[in-house]
Amino acid sequence: MGAGTELGRVRGLGAAKDGVHHWWLQRVTAVGNLILMLWFVLSLVRLPSLDYASVVLWLRQPVAAVPMLLLIVSVFWHLRLGVQVLIEDYVHGAPRVLAMLALNFYALAGAAAAVFAVLKIALGAA
Amino acid sequence: MAEFSLPANSKISSAGKRYPAPAGAKNTRAFKIYRWNPDDGANPRYDTYELDLDSTGPMVLDALIKIKSEVDSTLTFRRSCREGICGSCSMNIDGTNTLACTMAIEDIKGEVRITPLPHMEVVKDLVPDFKHFYAQYASIKPWLQTVTPAPSGEERIQSVEDRAKIDGLYECILCACCSTACPSYWWNSDKFLGPAILLQAYRWLADSRDEMTGERLDALEDPFRLYRCHTIMNCANVCPKGLNPAKAIAEIKIMMVERAG
Repeated sequence: MGAGTELGRVRGLGAAKDGVHHWWLQRVTAVGNLILMLWFVLSLVRLPSLDYASVVLWLRQPVAAVPMLLLIVSVFWHLRLGVQVLIEDYVHGAPRVLAMLALNFYALAGAAAAVFAVLKIALGAA
Repeated sequence: MAEFSLPANSKISSAGKRYPAPAGAKNTRAFKIYRWNPDDGANPRYDTYELDLDSTGPMVLDALIKIKSEVDSTLTFRRSCREGICGSCSMNIDGTNTLACTMAIEDIKGEVRITPLPHMEVVKDLVPDFKHFYAQYASIKPWLQTVTPAPSGEERIQSVEDRAKIDGLYECILCACCSTACPSYWWNSDKFLGPAILLQAYRWLADSRDEMTGERLDALEDPFRLYRCHTIMNCANVCPKGLNPAKAIAEIKIMMVERAG
């Protein structure tokens, strides 16, 4: 493994040939978050009232439900990518594997629950 | 985990010595300097040297040389050119990584605190171990590489515009002020190449005469080697040559996206 010399240690296992995709997606989801969050806040502000009935009525329309689903995917994806960077920065060794596992499960489960909630309202009986 | 406190044998003890200014000195200044000797088994300490500024040169390096030749010859530090071109006397002065030879004493208020570059292994006093840093430099193959055979009997031609593309890059003197000011380098220097080495890597990526751009990018495309940079710009802040490693790293990231399509 070349761990006998300083240069051997630096060369280590070689480059992962990975990272550009992660870096780019983090930017893409950041722009997505910006646009969709703006839409989300503006839509809520423009609602006549913020009680349960009017929000459900609003979310039932495809023009609200579809961007809402996109927002959920974008936010959870961005969270998954961003927290991964944090973990890689500060957590080393075996704890990193556990932290990444927890992060992946949390992001996927959270997104699934939120998507399900929106679909239930959008597709459910009136 | 990243370590946020020093190991017990690295904690600074309060056993520092004080060397008072010579009698009759009017314009004095205290230099509080990190001392550690690998041979005496003791923890590091701060020794304080009071100097008469009227008989000291203007730069922090002048003060260090005066201390070594007139007050305490055991003080250990690196220095060579004394004009900001060799990068030997990089150290942390008054909380900022810089070159002792280009840092004026009068630009520092009060006591001048000097420590080695942060988060490097210390060899002795102000001398850090550069082995790993130099190995990282070697790993990016910092020399011209081509597939085309070298032209015989003539130089490799480069246009004035192409030559200008390595301005702001070739001036790097590898003093490591930037890398050792970078938290990403502190926590992950085993794999992260750090601002100095990445700026050097971009110096060859930006060189119109080099033909190994793809191979160079291959060797950098890694979550740790390159992408630990989160653009906090400490590197550009401290660079004693006024260079901007963060910008060079951003250019590498753009090249990566460009070729990924």
